[in-house]
Amino acid sequence: MKKFEGQALSWGLTDGVVELALHREPCNEIGLLTLEELERFAAALEKVKSEAHALIIYSSLKCGFSAGADLKELFRISQEMDRDEAVKGVRNYLERIHRVMNAIDASPLTTIAAVHGVTFGGGFELALVCDLIIADKMARFCFPELRLGLIPGFGGIPRLKRDLGNAIVRDLLLTGRSFNATKAQQVGLVSQMVAEGELLKVARATALQLKKFDQRTAMAAKEFIKPIPYEELRREIEIFCELFAQPAVEAGENSPKARRLNLIYRE
Amino acid sequence: MLTLNQTLEQILTLAAAHFKVAREKLAPDDDFFRTLGINSLQTLELLTRLENHFQIELPDYELQGVSDFRMLAERIQARL
Repeated sequence: MKKFEGQALSWGLTDGVVELALHREPCNEIGLLTLEELERFAAALEKVKSEAHALIIYSSLKCGFSAGADLKELFRISQEMDRDEAVKGVRNYLERIHRVMNAIDASPLTTIAAVHGVTFGGGFELALVCDLIIADKMARFCFPELRLGLIPGFGGIPRLKRDLGNAIVRDLLLTGRSFNATKAQQVGLVSQMVAEGELLKVARATALQLKKFDQRTAMAAKEFIKPIPYEELRREIEIFCELFAQPAVEAGENSPKARRLNLIYRE
Repeated sequence: MLTLNQTLEQILTLAAAHFKVAREKLAPDDDFFRTLGINSLQTLELLTRLENHFQIELPDYELQGVSDFRMLAERIQARL
Protein backbone atom coordinates (compact mmCIF):
# COMPACT_ATOMS: atom_id res chain seq x y z
CA MET A 1 0.00 0.00 0.00
CA LYS A 2 1.74 3.12 -1.19
CA LYS A 3 -1.00 5.61 -0.58
CA PHE A 4 -3.77 6.07 1.96
CA GLU A 5 -6.32 8.81 2.50
CA GLY A 6 -7.93 8.48 5.90
CA GLN A 7 -10.17 10.67 8.02
CA ALA A 8 -7.45 11.53 10.54
CA LEU A 9 -4.31 11.05 8.49
CA SER A 10 -2.96 10.26 5.06
CA TRP A 11 0.27 8.89 3.74
CA GLY A 12 2.10 8.32 0.52
CA LEU A 13 5.45 7.03 -0.74
CA THR A 14 7.39 9.07 -3.27
CA ASP A 15 11.03 8.64 -4.27
CA GLY A 16 11.83 6.58 -1.20
CA VAL A 17 10.26 9.01 1.23
CA VAL A 18 7.10 8.15 3.15
CA GLU A 19 5.13 11.22 4.18
CA LEU A 20 2.51 10.90 6.91
CA ALA A 21 0.21 13.92 7.15
CA LEU A 22 -2.00 14.40 10.21
CA HIS A 23 -5.25 16.23 9.50
CA ARG A 24 -7.89 15.54 12.07
CA GLU A 25 -9.69 18.72 13.15
CA PRO A 26 -9.47 20.61 15.40
CA CYS A 27 -5.81 19.93 16.21
CA ASN A 28 -4.98 16.28 15.54
CA GLU A 29 -6.22 14.97 18.86
CA ILE A 30 -5.27 11.31 19.04
CA GLY A 31 -8.42 9.34 19.77
CA LEU A 32 -9.67 5.95 18.64
CA LEU A 33 -10.07 6.96 14.99
CA THR A 34 -6.51 8.30 14.77
CA LEU A 35 -5.23 5.26 16.64
CA GLU A 36 -6.90 2.88 14.15
CA GLU A 37 -5.40 4.76 11.21
CA LEU A 38 -1.99 4.91 12.89
CA GLU A 39 -2.16 1.12 13.30
CA ARG A 40 -2.87 0.80 9.58
CA PHE A 41 0.04 3.12 8.92
CA ALA A 42 2.43 1.09 11.11
CA ALA A 43 1.47 -2.07 9.19
CA ALA A 44 1.95 -0.31 5.85
CA LEU A 45 5.30 1.11 6.95
CA GLU A 46 6.56 -2.41 7.60
CA LYS A 47 5.57 -3.41 4.05
CA VAL A 48 7.32 -0.53 2.29
CA LYS A 49 10.56 -0.57 4.27
CA SER A 50 12.55 -2.08 1.39
CA GLU A 51 11.46 0.73 -0.95
CA ALA A 52 11.91 3.67 1.39
CA HIS A 53 14.73 5.30 3.31
CA ALA A 54 12.97 8.09 5.19
CA LEU A 55 9.72 8.99 6.87
CA ILE A 56 8.42 12.50 7.46
CA ILE A 57 5.54 13.03 9.89
CA TYR A 58 3.86 16.42 9.76
CA SER A 59 0.51 18.12 10.24
CA SER A 60 -1.40 19.82 7.47
CA LEU A 61 -3.50 21.77 10.00
CA LYS A 62 -2.65 25.37 10.84
CA CYS A 63 -3.04 24.95 14.61
CA GLY A 64 -0.01 22.74 14.95
CA PHE A 65 1.41 19.24 14.92
CA SER A 66 -0.97 17.75 17.50
CA ALA A 67 -2.70 18.75 20.73
CA GLY A 68 -2.16 15.20 22.04
CA ALA A 69 -4.44 12.43 23.21
CA ASP A 70 -8.17 12.98 22.84
CA LEU A 71 -8.80 13.03 26.57
CA LYS A 72 -12.36 14.22 26.17
CA GLU A 73 -13.13 11.06 24.21
CA LEU A 74 -11.25 8.96 26.73
CA PHE A 75 -13.16 10.46 29.66
CA ARG A 76 -16.49 10.22 27.84
CA ILE A 77 -16.01 6.52 27.13
CA SER A 78 -14.71 5.89 30.65
CA GLN A 79 -17.74 7.56 32.21
CA GLU A 80 -19.95 4.89 30.69
CA MET A 81 -18.05 2.13 32.50
CA ASP A 82 -17.30 1.20 36.08
CA ARG A 83 -13.81 2.08 37.28
CA ASP A 84 -12.22 -1.36 36.76
CA GLU A 85 -13.63 -1.60 33.27
CA ALA A 86 -12.45 1.93 32.48
CA VAL A 87 -8.91 1.20 33.64
CA LYS A 88 -8.91 -1.97 31.55
CA GLY A 89 -10.04 0.03 28.54
CA VAL A 90 -7.36 2.66 29.10
CA ARG A 91 -4.69 -0.02 29.39
CA ASN A 92 -5.80 -1.56 26.11
CA TYR A 93 -5.74 1.86 24.43
CA LEU A 94 -2.24 2.58 25.77
CA GLU A 95 -0.90 -0.80 24.74
CA ARG A 96 -2.18 -0.25 21.21
CA ILE A 97 -0.67 3.23 20.92
CA HIS A 98 2.61 1.97 22.41
CA ARG A 99 2.79 -0.74 19.73
CA VAL A 100 2.43 1.92 17.04
CA MET A 101 4.96 4.24 18.67
CA ASN A 102 7.45 1.41 19.15
CA ALA A 103 7.04 0.33 15.52
CA ILE A 104 7.86 3.83 14.25
CA ASP A 105 10.68 4.16 16.78
CA ALA A 106 12.21 0.87 15.57
CA SER A 107 11.61 1.47 11.88
CA PRO A 108 14.64 0.93 9.64
CA LEU A 109 13.78 4.20 7.92
CA THR A 110 15.27 7.41 9.24
CA THR A 111 12.32 9.25 10.71
CA ILE A 112 11.71 12.98 10.86
CA ALA A 113 9.02 14.81 12.82
CA ALA A 114 8.37 18.16 11.16
CA VAL A 115 6.51 20.12 13.79
CA HIS A 116 4.85 23.50 14.00
CA GLY A 117 2.49 25.18 16.45
CA VAL A 118 1.03 23.11 19.24
CA THR A 119 3.07 19.95 19.87
CA PHE A 120 1.53 18.87 23.13
CA GLY A 121 1.14 15.68 25.13
CA GLY A 122 0.61 12.72 22.82
CA GLY A 123 1.64 14.86 19.85
CA PHE A 124 4.93 15.64 21.55
CA GLU A 125 5.29 11.92 22.27
CA LEU A 126 4.74 11.10 18.59
CA ALA A 127 7.51 13.55 17.67
CA LEU A 128 9.80 11.95 20.26
CA VAL A 129 9.68 8.54 18.55
CA CYS A 130 11.32 10.10 15.50
CA ASP A 131 15.07 10.23 14.90
CA LEU A 132 15.08 13.95 14.12
CA ILE A 133 12.77 16.78 15.08
CA ILE A 134 12.69 19.75 12.75
CA ALA A 135 10.67 22.63 14.15
CA ASP A 136 9.07 25.75 12.78
CA LYS A 137 10.08 28.64 15.01
CA MET A 138 6.45 28.99 16.16
CA ALA A 139 6.35 25.41 17.48
CA ARG A 140 5.55 24.94 21.15
CA PHE A 141 6.10 21.81 23.25
CA CYS A 142 4.37 20.75 26.45
CA PHE A 143 3.40 17.84 28.67
CA PRO A 144 0.20 19.16 30.32
CA GLU A 145 -0.87 15.80 31.78
CA LEU A 146 -0.13 16.59 35.43
CA ARG A 147 -2.86 19.23 35.29
CA LEU A 148 -5.25 16.28 34.93
CA GLY A 149 -3.73 14.12 37.62
CA LEU A 150 -1.96 11.95 35.04
CA ILE A 151 1.47 11.46 33.53
CA PRO A 152 2.16 11.29 29.78
CA GLY A 153 1.03 7.85 28.62
CA PHE A 154 2.31 7.42 25.06
CA GLY A 155 5.94 6.85 26.05
CA GLY A 156 6.85 10.48 26.56
CA ILE A 157 8.89 10.34 29.75
CA PRO A 158 11.16 7.40 28.84
CA ARG A 159 11.77 8.86 25.39
CA LEU A 160 12.39 12.36 26.66
CA LYS A 161 14.84 10.90 29.21
CA ARG A 162 16.54 9.09 26.36
CA ASP A 163 17.18 12.39 24.60
CA LEU A 164 17.56 15.00 27.33
CA GLY A 165 18.95 15.54 30.80
CA ASN A 166 16.78 14.59 33.74
CA ALA A 167 16.51 18.19 35.02
CA ILE A 168 14.78 19.49 31.90
CA VAL A 169 12.51 16.43 31.87
CA ARG A 170 11.47 17.18 35.45
CA ASP A 171 10.92 20.85 34.61
CA LEU A 172 8.63 20.02 31.69
CA LEU A 173 6.78 17.27 33.51
CA LEU A 174 6.36 18.78 36.97
CA THR A 175 5.53 22.37 35.98
CA GLY A 176 3.38 21.38 33.00
CA ARG A 177 4.70 24.45 31.21
CA SER A 178 5.22 24.76 27.52
CA PHE A 179 8.37 25.93 25.79
CA ASN A 180 9.15 27.22 22.35
CA ALA A 181 11.32 25.89 19.53
CA THR A 182 14.29 28.08 20.47
CA LYS A 183 14.38 26.56 23.94
CA ALA A 184 13.80 23.09 22.48
CA GLN A 185 16.78 23.54 20.21
CA GLN A 186 18.92 24.90 23.06
CA VAL A 187 18.29 21.80 25.17
CA GLY A 188 18.97 19.47 22.24
CA LEU A 189 15.48 18.30 21.45
CA VAL A 190 15.17 19.99 18.08
CA SER A 191 17.87 19.40 15.49
CA GLN A 192 16.88 22.20 13.10
CA MET A 193 14.72 25.25 13.57
CA VAL A 194 13.26 26.84 10.47
CA ALA A 195 11.39 29.97 9.45
CA GLU A 196 7.60 29.91 9.31
CA GLY A 197 6.34 28.17 6.20
CA GLU A 198 9.66 26.46 5.42
CA LEU A 199 9.14 23.31 7.46
CA LEU A 200 8.26 20.76 4.80
CA LYS A 201 10.84 22.08 2.36
CA VAL A 202 13.60 21.63 4.95
CA ALA A 203 12.30 18.22 6.05
CA ARG A 204 12.25 17.04 2.42
CA ALA A 205 15.76 18.38 1.81
CA THR A 206 16.91 16.47 4.90
CA ALA A 207 15.22 13.29 3.65
CA LEU A 208 17.04 13.73 0.33
CA GLN A 209 20.38 13.93 2.15
CA LEU A 210 19.58 10.68 4.00
CA LYS A 211 19.19 8.88 0.68
CA LYS A 212 22.94 9.21 0.04
CA PHE A 213 23.78 6.72 2.77
CA ASP A 214 23.58 2.95 2.89
CA GLN A 215 20.36 2.11 4.72
CA ARG A 216 21.81 -0.86 6.63
CA THR A 217 24.57 1.36 7.97
CA ALA A 218 22.06 4.02 8.94
CA MET A 219 19.97 1.40 10.72
CA ALA A 220 22.99 0.02 12.59
CA ALA A 221 23.86 3.56 13.72
CA LYS A 222 20.29 4.18 14.78
CA GLU A 223 20.06 0.97 16.81
CA PHE A 224 23.34 1.83 18.50
CA ILE A 225 22.49 5.38 19.53
CA LYS A 226 18.71 5.19 19.96
CA PRO A 227 17.79 2.12 22.00
CA ILE A 228 14.11 1.73 22.80
CA PRO A 229 13.52 1.87 26.58
CA TYR A 230 10.99 -1.00 26.64
CA GLU A 231 11.14 -1.64 30.37
CA GLU A 232 10.42 2.00 31.26
CA LEU A 233 7.69 2.15 28.64
CA ARG A 234 5.96 -0.81 30.30
CA ARG A 235 6.32 0.87 33.69
CA GLU A 236 4.83 4.06 32.30
CA ILE A 237 1.66 2.19 31.29
CA GLU A 238 1.40 0.74 34.80
CA ILE A 239 1.79 4.15 36.48
CA PHE A 240 -0.68 5.77 34.09
CA CYS A 241 -3.28 3.08 34.82
CA GLU A 242 -2.70 3.37 38.59
CA LEU A 243 -3.21 7.14 38.39
CA PHE A 244 -6.23 6.80 36.12
CA ALA A 245 -7.90 4.71 38.83
CA GLN A 246 -7.30 7.41 41.47
CA PRO A 247 -9.84 10.03 42.54
CA ALA A 248 -7.43 12.78 41.37
CA VAL A 249 -8.59 12.03 37.86
CA GLU A 250 -12.11 13.35 37.67
CA ALA A 251 -13.91 11.84 34.73
CA GLY A 252 -16.01 14.03 32.51
CA GLU A 253 -15.20 16.82 30.14
CA ASN A 254 -16.97 19.34 32.38
CA SER A 255 -15.00 18.50 35.50
CA PRO A 256 -12.69 21.19 36.86
CA LYS A 257 -9.68 19.06 36.02
CA ALA A 258 -10.71 18.53 32.42
CA ARG A 259 -11.30 22.25 32.02
CA ARG A 260 -7.77 22.81 33.19
CA LEU A 261 -6.61 20.95 30.11
CA ASN A 262 -7.29 24.19 28.31
CA LEU A 263 -4.03 24.99 26.60
CA ILE A 264 -3.25 28.04 28.63
CA TYR A 265 -3.99 29.02 32.20
CA ARG A 266 -6.90 31.40 32.57
CA GLU A 267 -8.09 30.35 36.03
CA MET B 1 17.11 48.18 28.08
CA LEU B 2 13.54 48.91 27.09
CA THR B 3 11.25 50.91 29.36
CA LEU B 4 7.92 49.41 30.35
CA ASN B 5 6.13 51.75 27.95
CA GLN B 6 8.41 50.75 25.08
CA THR B 7 7.79 47.07 25.86
CA LEU B 8 4.06 47.72 25.98
CA GLU B 9 4.13 49.53 22.66
CA GLN B 10 6.03 46.70 21.00
CA ILE B 11 3.55 44.15 22.38
CA LEU B 12 0.61 46.14 21.01
CA THR B 13 2.29 46.47 17.61
CA LEU B 14 3.12 42.76 17.47
CA ALA B 15 -0.36 41.70 18.57
CA ALA B 16 -1.96 43.98 15.98
CA ALA B 17 0.26 42.57 13.22
CA HIS B 18 -0.16 38.95 14.28
CA PHE B 19 -3.94 39.10 14.51
CA LYS B 20 -4.32 41.56 11.64
CA VAL B 21 -6.12 44.31 13.51
CA ALA B 22 -5.43 48.03 13.35
CA ARG B 23 -2.89 49.08 15.98
CA GLU B 24 -5.08 52.00 17.10
CA LYS B 25 -7.84 49.56 18.06
CA LEU B 26 -5.70 48.14 20.86
CA ALA B 27 -5.22 49.91 24.18
CA PRO B 28 -2.90 48.99 27.10
CA ASP B 29 -5.71 48.13 29.49
CA ASP B 30 -7.72 46.07 27.02
CA ASP B 31 -8.57 42.49 27.91
CA PHE B 32 -6.71 40.90 25.01
CA PHE B 33 -8.86 37.77 25.02
CA ARG B 34 -11.92 39.96 24.45
CA THR B 35 -10.46 42.71 22.26
CA LEU B 36 -8.70 40.32 19.93
CA GLY B 37 -11.36 37.64 20.26
CA ILE B 38 -8.70 34.98 20.67
CA ASN B 39 -8.84 31.51 22.16
CA SER B 40 -6.21 29.75 24.25
CA LEU B 41 -4.47 28.35 21.16
CA GLN B 42 -4.10 31.81 19.65
CA THR B 43 -2.89 33.13 22.99
CA LEU B 44 -0.12 30.56 22.86
CA GLU B 45 0.77 31.78 19.38
CA LEU B 46 1.01 35.31 20.74
CA LEU B 47 3.17 34.10 23.62
CA THR B 48 5.55 32.37 21.21
CA ARG B 49 5.63 35.43 18.96
CA LEU B 50 6.47 37.64 21.97
CA GLU B 51 9.15 35.26 23.26
CA ASN B 52 10.78 35.18 19.84
CA HIS B 53 10.63 38.95 19.49
CA PHE B 54 11.99 39.80 22.94
CA GLN B 55 14.28 36.75 23.00
CA ILE B 56 13.02 35.70 26.40
CA GLU B 57 11.44 32.63 27.91
CA LEU B 58 8.09 33.25 29.59
CA PRO B 59 6.60 30.14 31.21
CA ASP B 60 2.91 30.06 30.39
CA TYR B 61 1.91 29.68 34.05
CA GLU B 62 3.17 33.23 34.53
CA LEU B 63 0.29 34.32 32.35
CA GLN B 64 -2.20 32.93 34.84
CA GLY B 65 -4.56 35.79 35.64
CA VAL B 66 -2.99 38.06 33.02
CA SER B 67 -5.57 39.37 30.61
CA ASP B 68 -4.57 42.93 29.70
CA PHE B 69 -1.62 44.16 27.67
CA ARG B 70 -0.18 46.24 30.51
CA MET B 71 0.11 43.25 32.85
CA LEU B 72 1.57 41.22 30.02
CA ALA B 73 4.17 43.95 29.47
CA GLU B 74 5.08 43.84 33.17
CA ARG B 75 5.61 40.08 33.02
CA ILE B 76 7.80 40.44 29.94
CA GLN B 77 9.70 43.38 31.40
CA ALA B 78 10.64 41.22 34.38
CA ARG B 79 12.38 38.82 31.99
CA LEU B 80 14.32 41.35 29.90
